[in-house]
Amino acid sequence: MGEALAVFQSILHPSEGVQHETPRQPDFFSDLNLDQIVEAITASKEEYNLKPFFWTPLRDPELVRYRQEVMQDLEDQTVMACIKAFAEKMRTVRRYLALAEKLDYDYHKKGWILEAALVYGDAVTALARNLAAMSLKSRGLLAFRDWVQRYAQTPEFQSFVTEAHQVKRALSELKYCVIIESGKFKVKRYEGEADYSVEIERIFEKFRQGDVESYLVKLPERSGMSHIEAQILEFVARLYPEPFAALEHFCAHHLHFLDETIQAFDREIQFYVAYLDFIAEFKRKGLPFCYPQVSTTDKAEFVREGFDLALAHVTHNSAKSIVPNDFSLNGPERLIVVTGPNQGGKTTFARMVGQVHYLASLGCPVPGREARLFLCDRIFAHFERVEDIRNLRSKLEDDLVRIHEMLSRATPDSLFILNEIFSSTTLQDAVFLSQEIMARLIELDTLGVWVTFLDELASFSEKTVSMVATVDPIDPTVRTFKIVRKPADGLAYARSLAQKYRLTYEQIKERILR
Amino acid sequence: MKVFLLYPDRDFDLSRALPPNAIDLSQDLALDVLFAAMAQDDQFLWDVARQVVLSGSDELDVILYRQEILKDCLKHPDVVRLIYSIPIEFLERKRKEWLWISPRHAAPSSIVNGAQRMLEVSLDLLGRLRKIADEHARSFASRGFRRFFSMIEQELDDVYLATVAEHIQALRFPKGVLLSAQLGNGNEGTQYMLCKPSDPERSWIKRVFASKSPIYSFSLHPRDDHGARVLGELRDRGLARVANSVAQAAEHIESFLKVLRWELAFYIGSLNLYEQLEQLNEPVAFPQVAPANERRFSCTGLYDLSLALAMKRTVVGNDVIADGKNLVIITGPNQGGKTTFLRSVGLAQLMMQAGMFVPAESFSANVCSGVFTHFKREEDKTLRSGKFEEELRRMSAVIDLIRSNGLVLLNESFASTNEREGSEIAREVVSALLESGVKIFYVTHMYEFARRVQEQRAQNVLFLRAERLADGTRTFKVKEGEPVGTSYGADLYERIFVAGETVSRRMNPLAQQVQACSSTLT
Repeated sequence: MGEALAVFQSILHPSEGVQHETPRQPDFFSDLNLDQIVEAITASKEEYNLKPFFWTPLRDPELVRYRQEVMQDLEDQTVMACIKAFAEKMRTVRRYLALAEKLDYDYHKKGWILEAALVYGDAVTALARNLAAMSLKSRGLLAFRDWVQRYAQTPEFQSFVTEAHQVKRALSELKYCVIIESGKFKVKRYEGEADYSVEIERIFEKFRQGDVESYLVKLPERSGMSHIEAQILEFVARLYPEPFAALEHFCAHHLHFLDETIQAFDREIQFYVAYLDFIAEFKRKGLPFCYPQVSTTDKAEFVREGFDLALAHVTHNSAKSIVPNDFSLNGPERLIVVTGPNQGGKTTFARMVGQVHYLASLGCPVPGREARLFLCDRIFAHFERVEDIRNLRSKLEDDLVRIHEMLSRATPDSLFILNEIFSSTTLQDAVFLSQEIMARLIELDTLGVWVTFLDELASFSEKTVSMVATVDPIDPTVRTFKIVRKPADGLAYARSLAQKYRLTYEQIKERILR
Repeated sequence: MKVFLLYPDRDFDLSRALPPNAIDLSQDLALDVLFAAMAQDDQFLWDVARQVVLSGSDELDVILYRQEILKDCLKHPDVVRLIYSIPIEFLERKRKEWLWISPRHAAPSSIVNGAQRMLEVSLDLLGRLRKIADEHARSFASRGFRRFFSMIEQELDDVYLATVAEHIQALRFPKGVLLSAQLGNGNEGTQYMLCKPSDPERSWIKRVFASKSPIYSFSLHPRDDHGARVLGELRDRGLARVANSVAQAAEHIESFLKVLRWELAFYIGSLNLYEQLEQLNEPVAFPQVAPANERRFSCTGLYDLSLALAMKRTVVGNDVIADGKNLVIITGPNQGGKTTFLRSVGLAQLMMQAGMFVPAESFSANVCSGVFTHFKREEDKTLRSGKFEEELRRMSAVIDLIRSNGLVLLNESFASTNEREGSEIAREVVSALLESGVKIFYVTHMYEFARRVQEQRAQNVLFLRAERLADGTRTFKVKEGEPVGTSYGADLYERIFVAGETVSRRMNPLAQQVQACSSTLT
């Protein structure tokens, strides 16, 4: 099948020779909680093995845009529904074939191969037909549509579908009777016997009103066949030999009916589907996502209303709301230095910055209202780990070794995410080391976010931008989780009790009339 | 078959949670005394009384529907108690014979079996109910009982009960089961359907031999347990729908009897209460109910039921006319009967909306969308915050729940801060509530607040005062009267300090009684 068709490359990249799978998770994944995000995205899609796609960032803005286009097409609910329907059918096909593989009785096995063939035929036909009606814009889906439509029109595929339906129809029209006695059974053709359940239901109707629960036992569908059922099937085949002969013939002629390009598409499109599914719930809750402008030349960048996607994921069942934050780097600015109270959302902010950069490089929409981002060649993250008090000195040493190693691999196009890196050493050491490293980063001209308790770093040079985690001006114990561009400070006020309990005249009226 | 003794058109929704303020209401209005009187040491009656009283209806028709039924009950207590004994008997049998309908996931054959036994023990009880209906239906006047009895007569005729009994036997299938089937996915058998032999003269086995189809037969090896299990499962597939029918019928009858017990329990509880008040010689009245959007409140001889029951004697009743008022401010001396009056208002409102008689010679009021209380609490057990803050938190919880046409009973609210601040907050809260359509009874000592309301001379406000005679004696009655600037705390001071009595703190006798009553039930 399909030898006359032009080749379709991949829905993940437009041309040959692009590496799009990496076998190992990048180092910075766990610091940025990207591991949690990818885990959540791929959790329900184990069978597609999607993680290698999510472990492979792109550096070419053109490739990023190729994927953004496909994503945007898939944001159309009808296109998404069409792809999902196809994917669901393909899963069914695989499940049936795997099942058939394990079965013992011949007519049973062939019965399931026939089911798989029917679903496959339907999946491809429906996909080609449905895509035809869609207004697609992405280069990727347009090329694929072209290919699948021609594939579905090939005579080989057409006759395969027709034959499968004929065989199935003949089998499903058969009707027979089983007579169950103690320790034995008989099988015969069905000869018009009446339904007894209907009569019983009519008699008990009076006692059967809407409020009672159903006792209709849903006996589990069995995917195997016992010797008893096989014996019944054997008798049925003897009662009706022709349809079973047709089944034998079909299976002999269409043993390998799955096309390789279809299979590859089925897997790769799930990269998009999985991501869009994952963010759909957040979008429903009003969290914004956007397609960032990407560049490998311009380091001026910004994000409006960005948020930590991993945090959104873990808190989406609790009442906790996500606080979005903005940042921008203009002109000479390269490094954001974040200070402010503990638990004020600083780490979350740093992760957000790292996540939007990485997700942008996958071609995904990023968590935020609007964004322009630099496509980094590498991301380096160093987060304070759980402290090991017994071994402080070697930990500091280890930290420095790691940072040194990062700096030696970094280029001006890299991104650093540093979080409280020297918080466990003496203040004097921390200031000294931090200033040293800051100087190197600035010299290298990399982009970065540095969360620190050292105010000195905030105004280090014209390349640094100071941002502060703020607190509620009325109650300083309340964190706003807003990170804003300003020099570090802190505020505290008392609060009126009645207002706190929302008992002023206006508050009460609003509460009762809501 | 539907009981419908609490609503004309539906069952009482047992899954509905008690209102979130149930605990506050019970505490502030001493409802446990009422429930204990209704329950007479029967935990089930206690539960039902609490559920129904605390989730009263704001539909006039429902309230009148229950009033009618309750009047029938007061007229024929013996017949009502006899009907109540039927579901009790059913539960007794069920317990003795270990009967239950198999769970939904059980095999259909075992569902059929369990349901058959359940039906066998309940059919004669239904017959007994039928007999009571035949004998007494005509002497009942309420819509509820008339509907109930005529339903029994229609649904449970003798012929039908006999047919049911017959089919229960037939479903044992002594001669085996005939199923038709088709090939589904993967050539697996599907669409199993239980078939009836079309000719009752001959068994289906004979029909099989007369048929034109070839017949293939297979006997299982005697030790083929797996095969026997599979065959049993196929049989179950055929029986699934039949099992459903029979089990639903059994469940329906069981649930009918349970609902009957539940709904009747409310009236049995009311009967119990009535009999006790009769012994105390306290009056009861069926209230006149006005729609929620009207402002009606008038009573004669309205007394605090919980107090009467707890003290086991007649207590002082009040006559008040507050029609057209949405704010009633009660002032006056300490221990002068203000709280007692406030409690009697709340209790009467709850009992009225539950469809009961109320403790008064006469009573009329509009229904409300919910009764809420905000009573001064003696202590803040949590110690999480100051007293004032604790008060505000509870008020905020009330605001969370209250809606237009709600009724709120405020007892010395906002008194835990200084009078100026308290008055200011009270003024804001009260005016916001009034403008939101809430009706308020407010017992207060805050002269500053009362005076400011008074100055407005509004038509919608009624001032009541606890009566104090010229010699300082309290009558425990509240009468119409404007607030007076002098506090009567001097009286208390006089009695406790100057009179030289050693009673430093009076324990509320009611609280003691409530504790005693509730401990007997738990």
